[in-house]
Amino acid sequence: MTKTPFAIAATLVLTIAPASSSGHAQENSFAQVERGRYAVATGNCQGCHTIPGEAPFSGGRGLETPFGTIYTPNITFEAETGLGEWSKDDFWQAMHNGVGRDGSHLYPAFPYPHFTKMPRAEVDAIYDYLATIPRVRREKPENDLPFPLNQRMALLGWKWMFFEPGEYQENPDKSPEWNRGAYLVEGPGHCAGCHTPKNLAGADKKDQNLQGGVLENWSAPSIRAGRNGALADWSEDDIVEFLRAGRNRHTAAFSTMAEVIELSTQHMTDRDLRAIAIYLKDREGDGERKEADAPDEVVVTAGEAIYFDNCSACHTSDGSGIPRFFAPLAGSGKVNNEDATTVIRVILEGARSVPTKTHPSPLSMPAFDWKLTDEQIAAVVSYIRSSWGNQAGAVTADQVADLREALKD
Amino acid sequence: MARKLPPVDVVLVGFGWTAAILAQELTDEGLEVLAIERGAWRDTPTDFPPTLAPDELRWYWRKEMFANNSRNTLTFRNNRGQVALPMRRWGSFLPGEGVGGAGVHWNGQTWRFLPSDFVAASHNTERYGPLPDGMTVQDYGVTYDELEPHFDRFDKLCGIGGKAGNIRGKIQAGGNPFEGSRSSEYPNPPMHMTFSQHQFERATRELGLSPFPGPSANMSQPYTNPLGCQLGPCSYCGFCEKYGCGNYSKASPQTTILPVLMTKPNFKLKTHNEVLRVKLDKSGRRATGVIHVDTQGNEYEQPAELVILCAYQLWNTHLMMLSGIGEIYNPATGEGLVGKNYCYQVMSSADVFYEDKYTNEFAGAGALGMCVDDFNGDNFDHTGLDFIGGGYIANWTTNARPIETHPTPEGTANWGSAWKKAVKENFLKSTSVGAHGASMAYANNYLDLDPTYTDAYGRPLMRMTYDFTPNDLKMSAFLTERVKEIAERMGGREIKLNTRDGPYDSMPYQTTHNTGGTIMGSNPSNSVVNRYLQSWDVPNLFVMGAGVFPQNAGYNPTGTVAALTYWAADAIRNQYLRSPGPMVQA
Amino acid sequence: MASKQPTRRRFLFGMMTATTAMTVPSVLARSTSDEVPWTAGRAELPPAYPDQRFFTQAERRCVDAITARLIPSDESGPGAREAGVVDFIDSQMAGFYGRGERWYMQGPFQKGFDGQGYQAEHPPAALYRRTIEALDAHCRDAYDNRPFADLSESEQDDILKRMEDGELELDGVSAQTFFDLVLDNAIEGFFCDPIYGGNRDMVGWKLVGFPGARYDYRDFLDHNGARIELEPVSLKGRPGWNPA
Repeated sequence: MTKTPFAIAATLVLTIAPASSSGHAQENSFAQVERGRYAVATGNCQGCHTIPGEAPFSGGRGLETPFGTIYTPNITFEAETGLGEWSKDDFWQAMHNGVGRDGSHLYPAFPYPHFTKMPRAEVDAIYDYLATIPRVRREKPENDLPFPLNQRMALLGWKWMFFEPGEYQENPDKSPEWNRGAYLVEGPGHCAGCHTPKNLAGADKKDQNLQGGVLENWSAPSIRAGRNGALADWSEDDIVEFLRAGRNRHTAAFSTMAEVIELSTQHMTDRDLRAIAIYLKDREGDGERKEADAPDEVVVTAGEAIYFDNCSACHTSDGSGIPRFFAPLAGSGKVNNEDATTVIRVILEGARSVPTKTHPSPLSMPAFDWKLTDEQIAAVVSYIRSSWGNQAGAVTADQVADLREALKD
Repeated sequence: MARKLPPVDVVLVGFGWTAAILAQELTDEGLEVLAIERGAWRDTPTDFPPTLAPDELRWYWRKEMFANNSRNTLTFRNNRGQVALPMRRWGSFLPGEGVGGAGVHWNGQTWRFLPSDFVAASHNTERYGPLPDGMTVQDYGVTYDELEPHFDRFDKLCGIGGKAGNIRGKIQAGGNPFEGSRSSEYPNPPMHMTFSQHQFERATRELGLSPFPGPSANMSQPYTNPLGCQLGPCSYCGFCEKYGCGNYSKASPQTTILPVLMTKPNFKLKTHNEVLRVKLDKSGRRATGVIHVDTQGNEYEQPAELVILCAYQLWNTHLMMLSGIGEIYNPATGEGLVGKNYCYQVMSSADVFYEDKYTNEFAGAGALGMCVDDFNGDNFDHTGLDFIGGGYIANWTTNARPIETHPTPEGTANWGSAWKKAVKENFLKSTSVGAHGASMAYANNYLDLDPTYTDAYGRPLMRMTYDFTPNDLKMSAFLTERVKEIAERMGGREIKLNTRDGPYDSMPYQTTHNTGGTIMGSNPSNSVVNRYLQSWDVPNLFVMGAGVFPQNAGYNPTGTVAALTYWAADAIRNQYLRSPGPMVQA
Repeated sequence: MASKQPTRRRFLFGMMTATTAMTVPSVLARSTSDEVPWTAGRAELPPAYPDQRFFTQAERRCVDAITARLIPSDESGPGAREAGVVDFIDSQMAGFYGRGERWYMQGPFQKGFDGQGYQAEHPPAALYRRTIEALDAHCRDAYDNRPFADLSESEQDDILKRMEDGELELDGVSAQTFFDLVLDNAIEGFFCDPIYGGNRDMVGWKLVGFPGARYDYRDFLDHNGARIELEPVSLKGRPGWNPA
């Protein structure tokens, strides 16, 4: 940049430099702040605490839960609407015990049941990093929750039943890499937040950890990659590549996982991604899956026609796709997921492969909601789910209609 | 009164191929770059995905991707004795509009002009004697060898598929033996040829010619370019030229550059804003920025250190005239340079009709074809022919979109039962051999401002005075004879020749390869811009595009336009920024 | 990451009125930076409004009669009538195309030479209206008070031929300019996607063997001169998409 003769170019550099010039940041070493930056990436704090396109970490994003919408707070260090008045102890209380600065219990949409596994030093580093973020004033909108869920005291019972504070404990029978992976997945990475089914109280079903869940009208697939696991055919390398590049030979990431990769995993070291892969490869599936009903012949015939006319231009006529460009459908975990929500949704409204440092092209599938009827979408999904070795079974037009309705803003 | 905006380092007028390339190069240099585009943001999944792209009425006939004639057009006449009238709707050419420009809806036929094309005046004079009266052909001021690395960059950016004919001076079997020496093989293999190309290849070999696969910016296989951008494999859908590509398989600014460029903090794009003029300082020797207007009619002044015109050839020339930069060419006196040497191309063809073979031309691609270059440029001896230049001859299978393409044999009526029967019988059984003829500059073909008609902003329309020249008609007749010889050998039942005769008619679609008007050259007395595409008059103004071609060659121009853009970008980065000012002393 | 533009802009089929079609830029002047924007569910749908009408009954009869001669229904197969060409043209005239909204329609107007193209001062819909009026007046004069639609086929063909050749003089309009336009529009209506109201049941595509709005022929490139047999498909599908 020094090459430019234009003074204006120099101002550009300044505008992208950290804006914080006083306060906490100065007290901390570069190494400590960098540790915090990395920890923030492992926890994907930015994802929930930012409205896309607006100031990072300034909160205000609505998280839709089965119980209502919960808005994330501003975690910049702005004094009145952010964390500016919080001490390190206050912050630790929130991260470790799910208790706010005023002593109130926090909704577990904030994944403190996972963050509690982080050691104090790591949490302090996060605090030091957040202190360097440009401060933005933004009031947190009121949560949109019905009584009695809007009473925070109600959370006491929830925590008593479902929350167990405590740092991650090493499993001495496993390798250091395995333990690092387990820590990242079960701790800051809070993968279970999406990938574990929830009970009626919205807590993880512990016995079905990482076996897949449905939230915000997406189905998050099971990510167990050991024997009988949904990702059993993914190698360690596949998992590392997916988390780093957003694509691998099996699939491409979009929607919520796209955000995780964009803001979190692509910034993690290969060593940590490898650790995650080692841990997931050691999570066995339960092998329990009902035999799926094969769709009717007429449905398959129509589905095949729709597929050939609409889908083959990218996914190819034999469903093999173009790995890392256009997702293969044969053998796809998303397609074969027991819950078809994601597949139906992607056809209705399209999807965008996450652009990453490795693959900047945001290759996208278009919306078909205007083009295909519920019955036609059900037919093509049923065809895809029962072709080329896929055995996930039929879906109905009613399922499509319900999701179409649910997606209307 | 225009509202003054915060200054930027570089403002790019228009946002198609040349602007995308420059923006990528100049942001890499750390400059703050703003592109101003009068059309809309456009991208694959929302604007032309496979769900919407194959729609002939919408995209071609209702011209949704092309410049809106209600806001701007040009007037046209064949010669100075006539009154020019506005082209009320596009016909013979189709300028683009919107992000990506014509780079969205091109075919992807990606050529390098011949080494001799860049020195057309000196080369032909030396070999055949003086140019005829009135012919104003001149050398580019830059050579093929200087441009080669830049051609190579564009080939790799786009993932061009083809077969090299000359690598570092060594002729390669199966490629174009006449092409200039390449530093490397094409980054992708040729396209998958079909029945018609096999017939063309056989016929041309029988005639002793040298057939080779047409260079293609449709992907013959999945491709990741040096920026990391991904292009999918072409699916031969037959909706390429005049259409956006739905599955990322045609090189365009959207597929090759924007995924990287758009995320850069020092790049910004402003759409739906039309640049009205380049603003000059009092001396008239320095551009201070541009004046542009949004769709609500609000005017803005955008100051910039560098102004680069990246719109289509016609609009760049128009903007130079409207900004009062340089003198507008006057054929009566020979004075003035802006608008001089407007050139086009001379296209002719033969349809081949088969009796019992199906060509199935609906299964095609923008750049799916076999070509011969034996009759292009000075690849053949012109002694005694009374013309210079030539063109490539090809069998491209681009489409069989039926509103546009329903060829009928010689003598068929244009409507009624006989027409319908002929269309029905021949639709799946015909193909075409085309000659892509060059166009030489003449003193009487030019652009200036119209005295009567104005655009939506009250600015005078540009006026085109153009007709095919004796040189070009003789050349076209010669090429059409060669086309006929090839077509007759392709195994069909009959052929129909579509000759190109004068006078030039502005309505039937021919080609969007308009050139000249802001020509480049060796000194300010013969050109608007220097060899680095830098204005002689206003050194912090550059002009991209085919307007800088002193005359047009017998090829599609995009490859050469892009190479010149990389060449100019390189000069700006490595010379201009170190010492802003004229890079060639007059 | 979700887009900055959370609002969904969905133009549903049939909801796009002729007055809004093509006149509203998709996004008004704005800056784009930091990302390639994308919004789930967004698609810029075709400007199709097949049920909109412009013509009077008499005008429809005339256009129907003209286009039925240009593309006749005969032994080689269906023609303009089966394809609904008059419906297509009627709907197009009711929209931006009929109003000439994307054409340069500023004066002064004067007759040009052939190579200068369309120079009528009327946008297409108005040109239809004026020419049909003049044509029917001419026919009533010349053929004992019968409008064009009531002439015999050979009488109609004779008139059309004279229009095509520039030999028919009509009051205040160029019959040849109109002929060129109506022939273009008839072919459009015969071969366009059925969403626009023409090419009904894809009869035009079936007649010639065009497989329609498809996007992948990779499996067929080695046809080597044999016919590729594929059913035509519209942007809105084909019968085979519906489970029977």
